Amino acid sequence: MKLGARMVPFAGYDMPVQYPAGIIAEHNWTRQSAGLFDVSHMGQCLLEGADFETVAKAMEALVPADVLSLKPHQQRYSQFLNEEGGTLDDLMITRHVKDGTLYVVVNAGRKEHDYGWMQKHLAEGVKLTRRDDLSLVALQGPKGEEALAKLAPAVKDIAFMHYADVEIGGISARVSRSGYTGEDGFEISVSSADASKLWDLLLSDPLVKPVGLGARDSLRLEGGLCLYGHELDEAISPVEADLVWSIQKRRRTEGGFIGAARVQKELAEGAARKRVGIKPEGRAPARDGTVVTDAAGREIGKITSGGFGPSVGGPVAMGYVDTASAAPGTKINLIVRGQPLPAEIVTLPFIPNRFKR
Amino acid sequence: MTAKYSKDHEWVIVENGIATIGITNHAQEQLGDVVFIELPAIGKKVAAHEQAAVVESVKAASEVYVPVSGEVVEVNKELEGDPALVNRDAESGAWFMKVKLSNPAELDELMDKPAYDKLVNG
Repeated sequence: MKLGARMVPFAGYDMPVQYPAGIIAEHNWTRQSAGLFDVSHMGQCLLEGADFETVAKAMEALVPADVLSLKPHQQRYSQFLNEEGGTLDDLMITRHVKDGTLYVVVNAGRKEHDYGWMQKHLAEGVKLTRRDDLSLVALQGPKGEEALAKLAPAVKDIAFMHYADVEIGGISARVSRSGYTGEDGFEISVSSADASKLWDLLLSDPLVKPVGLGARDSLRLEGGLCLYGHELDEAISPVEADLVWSIQKRRRTEGGFIGAARVQKELAEGAARKRVGIKPEGRAPARDGTVVTDAAGREIGKITSGGFGPSVGGPVAMGYVDTASAAPGTKINLIVRGQPLPAEIVTLPFIPNRFKR
Repeated sequence: MTAKYSKDHEWVIVENGIATIGITNHAQEQLGDVVFIELPAIGKKVAAHEQAAVVESVKAASEVYVPVSGEVVEVNKELEGDPALVNRDAESGAWFMKVKLSNPAELDELMDKPAYDKLVNG
């Protein structure tokens, strides 16, 4: 057999797939207690304009989310779309407490693209500043609040999808109540100079253990969350990706963002394919790229992420299928190593999200 | 006989012309948590260096090659219900298959334990 490395290149960085505990133990620890993730490779930047309305309108030209209605400290999930309505990246947009400022976090592997895209398409008078001087860690899991509140009691009061500026053991940090595991948790942005000190400080709590890329993937897959390059790419629209919840009502009606024509058409008429959860009936995982067929053997789609779900205790997958075959309960087959494996379309997420709302 | 090892991280022990084959402890450490194993059919003819089984860890699927040629005469059914046995007991209880050798001379191409350890530890 050929063996992969424990450290893998990820978006140009060497990242641990797992720590010594192993993927299943790290995954379960995050669901039971609190996992600590190094997501420093993600792209953090600021957009600044004369006032909030200026910068919010400039951003709304690039994303389908309602940015104008954000309250100070509030954040929303959105996507950059191309002219054809395909997805260039997904991102988080936060209304900074400082007037006229948005704080934006984009994916590691797409940040160079995204910075260029924003420079090209943002209205004049809105300034983009890369914050490569910042690091980002995520503390995720039901005991994350308890662990972090020992160091910074104010984090208890941070609402889901909001942030606050707090001090953690003497380190200035921007803490948002968000994450990508389906659990309650926080994302903590600090100066890179303080990052390893923060990492060690958080890990000094026995409730907290480090989690690598492997468990990060199994957690978000069970949580039904999209990963760019898998569930999202330049051909896939947010309607197909079942992200309509992230397009607020005013934007659905008004449009006015790059890619709006396709999004509005699909909202009105339905999309040809849809992102779905897929549960293989046996124990064999079906991986990214696996062909999905209907009961008659006709190809109806492909898996975009698939593996073993430790909390589910068996294989789980997401993928795209023709809308006609996308209803939960539909029996399908997955072509794994040339053999059809029976599976079923299921409702996402596999494990109910436990965000603190 | 004592175990012999392939550069592809399989081990082989031969008794009375039957080779018991598994993956090495080093391989299971690198794979991490094993969640599924696909074994060959009894009676399947296999050629040396050919894929004969699949090991799925949480993160990926890996092909297992047979280091020797022959016919599969037995597979370890225990692995189907308890694939994590590979993580606990790779070089003994978690054997994959038994192959009736058709060309015992192929064994000479395999490494002894010190040579394999040197390969993986440098």
